[in-house]
Amino acid sequence: MSHAISMTVNGRSVSATVESRTLLTEFLRDNLRLTGTHVGCDTSQCGACTVHVNGKSVKSCTMLAVQCDGAEVLTIEGLANGEDLHPMQKAFNDHHGLQCGFCTPGMVMSALEVADGNSDPSDEDIAKGLAGNYCRCTGYENIYRAVKAGAKAMGS
Amino acid sequence: MYNFDYEKAASADDAVKAAGGSDDVMFLAGGMTLIPTLKLRLSQPEKVIDVGSIADMKGITVSGDTVTIGAATTHADVAGSSDVQKAIPALAKLASLIGDQQVRNRGTIGGSIANADPAADYPAAVVGLGATVKTNKREIAGDDFFTAMFETALEPGELITSVSFPVPEAADYQKLANPASGYAMVGVMVAKTKDGVRVGVTGAGPSAFRASAIEDALAKDFSSEAAKGVTMPADDLNNDLHATADYRASCISTLAARAVKAIG
Repeated sequence: MSHAISMTVNGRSVSATVESRTLLTEFLRDNLRLTGTHVGCDTSQCGACTVHVNGKSVKSCTMLAVQCDGAEVLTIEGLANGEDLHPMQKAFNDHHGLQCGFCTPGMVMSALEVADGNSDPSDEDIAKGLAGNYCRCTGYENIYRAVKAGAKAMGS
Repeated sequence: MYNFDYEKAASADDAVKAAGGSDDVMFLAGGMTLIPTLKLRLSQPEKVIDVGSIADMKGITVSGDTVTIGAATTHADVAGSSDVQKAIPALAKLASLIGDQQVRNRGTIGGSIANADPAADYPAAVVGLGATVKTNKREIAGDDFFTAMFETALEPGELITSVSFPVPEAADYQKLANPASGYAMVGVMVAKTKDGVRVGVTGAGPSAFRASAIEDALAKDFSSEAAKGVTMPADDLNNDLHATADYRASCISTLAARAVKAIG
């Protein structure tokens, strides 16, 4: 069974015909070639596939593309303004909040929700906000520093 | 993933009509359990009916001594609701402890209790607070809703539309979360109500239940010592790689005691 869907992705209107079973990750990566959204576990645990749907962070491996018909979707590719990184991306760069980088798109997308209305998140806020995102390289110390700096920069 | 038919329902009536009482149809709300289950082919419905965007099934209303939550309301909306935080803070706390932020942004109360996972959090509130589950055709008492592991009183094609919680005098929820999954290895809701003390337990048995021995002890003496002093039988409790039945039995009393202490 296929469905004609349309949605806004990173400010751009897109339309496509998808099967019922097409996941949002598959739609973003295979149809739109937006491969910044990563698939780590494909079981809604690791958070590498985190994007925003209607302003809220979701795991796009656990959402059907057809469920997003009419929605506004924001992916990691939608953050930078040309060559200018988003403050949260810049903070991850400045504080080296990554090692291999595979989890980073999801980390940044979740960090944006942590920073939403909170320019000074505590360690606890960050631990709770990033509980659905796994990094297997860094030990998280620099990720915490990056989220704090990013939230501060976004608030100013 | 295998393919299936998908239909987005505009109203609860449309959803029920589209389901037609069939066993081969499943309702999709947040999809936090159903989509992983479809991927694994643990369930293979012919058709999935999306009830997640039905406006009448979303939102929270407080009327007198009752908090009513639409079945398609997300955990994040319950956790962040100032109305719920004011009327039943223990319920907002419980919702804030489910899964992670991304899961709370999608998962719904109706989906959680319809799935009846033995380790889900909401069943402790449905049983512990004495909720009423409203469906398209009837009202089901919280005490009668969970019948066995992943089994409920719902009939094929029956759709939960809302869940109503009577406001207790005081309540608290305590949870021992699995560090990997976040699911409750044991979760306990203790509520002081005008009709007495209720203790709802999730995670410990095949489905949520009331710990009547602790309720009796707390009715006589509402103290954490009284709760801690009850030895819960381990006979029918879950015994798996996460915890033994004896450990879970012990946790029920300990978490109930912590909840009583938090209520003060």
